[in-house]
Amino acid sequence: MLFKKIGFRLIFAVALTSLIIIGVFAYFNIKSQSGSLISEVERHANQLGETVISSTRFDMMLNQRDRIQQTINSIGTQPQIRDVRIINKIGEIIYSSDPNNINKMVDKRTESCYACHSEDQPLEQISITERTRVFKVHPDSNRVLGIITPIYNGKSCWQAACHAHPQNQKVLGVLDVSISLAEVDKAIITREWEIVIFAIVAIIAVGLLIAFFVRRWVSNPVNDLLNATQQVSQGNLNYAIKNLGDNEIGKLGESFNNMTKKLSEARIQLFQSDKMASLGRLAAGVAHEINNPLTGVLTYSSFLLKRTKDNPELQEDLNIIVRETLRSREIVKSLLDFARQSVPKKHNANIIEIIDKAISVIESQLSIKKIKIIKQSENNLPPITVDSNQIQQVFINLFVNASDAISKDGGSITILTKQISLSPFGVAQIKKASCPKRHSLIDNDFKIDGLPALKVKVVSADKEEIIHLDPVYGKHRNQYNLVFNIDKNTKFVCPDCNSSLVQQGKICPECGAPVLAFEISGQGLYEVCSSVNSNWEKWDFVDSTGIKEYIEIRINDTGSGISKDDLPKIFEPFFSTKGQKGTGLGLAVIWGIIDNHNGTITVESEEGKGTTFIVRLPLTQQRQI
Amino acid sequence: MSKTANILVIDDEKVIIDGIVKICSLENYSIDVALNITTALEKISKHYYSIIICDIMMPDGDGFQILNELQTRNIDSALIMMTGYSTVENAVNSLYRGAIDFIPKPFTVDELLSSIYRANKYQQIKSKQERSYKDNKEVELFYVECPSKYYRLGHSSWLCEESDGSVLIGVCDFFLATIDSLMEIEFLELEDEIAQGISCFTIKSTDERIHKIHSPVSGRIIDVNKNLKLIPNLIEKDPYFEGWVYRVIPHDLGYEIKNLVPCSSDRM
Repeated sequence: MLFKKIGFRLIFAVALTSLIIIGVFAYFNIKSQSGSLISEVERHANQLGETVISSTRFDMMLNQRDRIQQTINSIGTQPQIRDVRIINKIGEIIYSSDPNNINKMVDKRTESCYACHSEDQPLEQISITERTRVFKVHPDSNRVLGIITPIYNGKSCWQAACHAHPQNQKVLGVLDVSISLAEVDKAIITREWEIVIFAIVAIIAVGLLIAFFVRRWVSNPVNDLLNATQQVSQGNLNYAIKNLGDNEIGKLGESFNNMTKKLSEARIQLFQSDKMASLGRLAAGVAHEINNPLTGVLTYSSFLLKRTKDNPELQEDLNIIVRETLRSREIVKSLLDFARQSVPKKHNANIIEIIDKAISVIESQLSIKKIKIIKQSENNLPPITVDSNQIQQVFINLFVNASDAISKDGGSITILTKQISLSPFGVAQIKKASCPKRHSLIDNDFKIDGLPALKVKVVSADKEEIIHLDPVYGKHRNQYNLVFNIDKNTKFVCPDCNSSLVQQGKICPECGAPVLAFEISGQGLYEVCSSVNSNWEKWDFVDSTGIKEYIEIRINDTGSGISKDDLPKIFEPFFSTKGQKGTGLGLAVIWGIIDNHNGTITVESEEGKGTTFIVRLPLTQQRQI
Repeated sequence: MSKTANILVIDDEKVIIDGIVKICSLENYSIDVALNITTALEKISKHYYSIIICDIMMPDGDGFQILNELQTRNIDSALIMMTGYSTVENAVNSLYRGAIDFIPKPFTVDELLSSIYRANKYQQIKSKQERSYKDNKEVELFYVECPSKYYRLGHSSWLCEESDGSVLIGVCDFFLATIDSLMEIEFLELEDEIAQGISCFTIKSTDERIHKIHSPVSGRIIDVNKNLKLIPNLIEKDPYFEGWVYRVIPHDLGYEIKNLVPCSSDRM
């Protein structure tokens, strides 16, 4: 259970790593330290050997054996020295600090002798390492370092009075000094313990430190996230995670908050549109249901009215029934008008007048907030075909937004109005398209960059698939997503009636593929190459209109601006920066109105400096592009 | 020419059928009824009715089925649609597809009777026309067809696009041919809003009948023909040019024109 926790696993991994690193480090540290201790002892023993030989040399010359034995005995009494002995060339111990060993024979094949006596040849000069050996007398006893020092033949030896040694003999015997390593071993063990303790302390300290940071940076935020996801899964979409810092987990928390916000917005929106839809259905249903009984009342009462022409008294009453029923008929009619989405009622209007009316509505509000309105417009702007009530609503909304963004210290709103010309290529949107049998080819369920796409059924052998074409003329962001390849026998048909959409007798001038043709109600024919690889498209109607005239209104405020993150979202329904104060419907409704007028609305903003809304309305509405 | 016509009434509400039966008895029409589309189709296959009055929305189908049946079997019955207000768009579409008129529910006796009267006249003119074709005599001109660049809503009103973006609307000569000579025209006011398929002016004929003309387009009236106000008979003399009724700024011509018949197609 504990090991399943991410924090524990991290701590475990870090502790294991530091254990391995400290262990390897300690091993090599101890090894090098004990090596240098031993070589120190070695050097010391070698020196001792040389000293013994040189101090006994004179006695040897005089062949005073007792004195030699005495010197060796006195050296051997030193505490660290275990044994000092001199062995002659035939392997007999002739002097020793341990009297029991005197006159004993040493086997030349033992390990200590083998270095020099390999292949039965006594060697002259050998290095100090080869003369040294470390061994244990018993398995339980301390380690002992033994060093053998050869006693070379000299001129004085063979010319001495005793003349015991012949001249051709090079080595006369060896001095073997053994020194106990008990002290050294003790130091090494102490060192080992020190390192083990250091390692344990270091690992615990690292573990604790890691545990602290893991808890702070990982475990706690992850638990918060976990808790939040559980809250959301239980339906609490308003749950927001508190700030988790600026690292990846913090960003995860932010995007989680964003996601739940979006979810709850979508839920509200869904609820809202569902409500509107059911209200519309209800109204239509009620109207239809009431219409029938009303028809009964109206037909019978007007029938009676006709049959009782000779009875003025009855006529008077019947007239009232007929009149009131006709009134009910109007009420039902207006109920349905209300339930329907209102169509803009467009007429020629002066844009400057509309703006002035909008300003007059909120003028008092603006003067309270010390906001100055600056108007600049081109002279002689032509009249524009719009629903002046709706457009006025747009400007009122934009001005209110601007004044909300301006702080208490006041500021200004600049309104710039001018006439501009725009080319339709890359701008014109196909809003209605149909097959030769008048079936709509607009797919409201599939959008490319937010606009409903054109749908075409592709039939190849036994397979069929729907492809989607970009509704904006000139952008060509078509989406094919086909599982099969398009070949000569592939058909492009209307999804509803299977009538072919291929333009007979015409091929794409760029690649020779068949050309698809769509009837755009009242706006001629839109042609596009059927191949995935070609960008060829043609819409004579739009091309012939050439450059279109627009009125552009720029509304610039000196307010707080809109952050880069919020900028792409501001036209979405229910997006609001005003917290509880706003409903968030304003800009979405504005967008809808402008779109209904075949215009565009865009926004530019810099945080802290202000915002500019750019509204472009086509001069004429007759043939909408 | 006898006035009686053979009428089939299709509606799922007994009270409406009974009402229509009573009203029609005022003018001595012979009447048959059907409470659903299935029975109606059966009856159509057995008998010939010169006029069929059908509710556009029925529990087991819609008026378009009757329309299709008439067209596939090549029956020349005049079809009048009855509609609730919510189905005006369907009603306008039914005109495009061959119905000759529609009456929005609820309606008065006069509204229904004038519609039946016109349908009856329509049938008479059509059969006279046919006879004149058959006899191969010199073709008699019963009414003037609208000019080829015009659009018409059924046989009642026409629309003509002007270069400044406004449209002129007026009444078709065929409609005038189906009513008695004109006595009075009742106009809407300047700046009034009109909607496609909703009555936009009324013509009172000498026989005291009131005929409502469905507007071919939605929009705002910016001009009313002053000459027509002074001399109403102008509409009968020159219904397509001097006899225009309103000048209108259309709201969404591109969309609504789909339900209008291009007059050029009449000449094929």
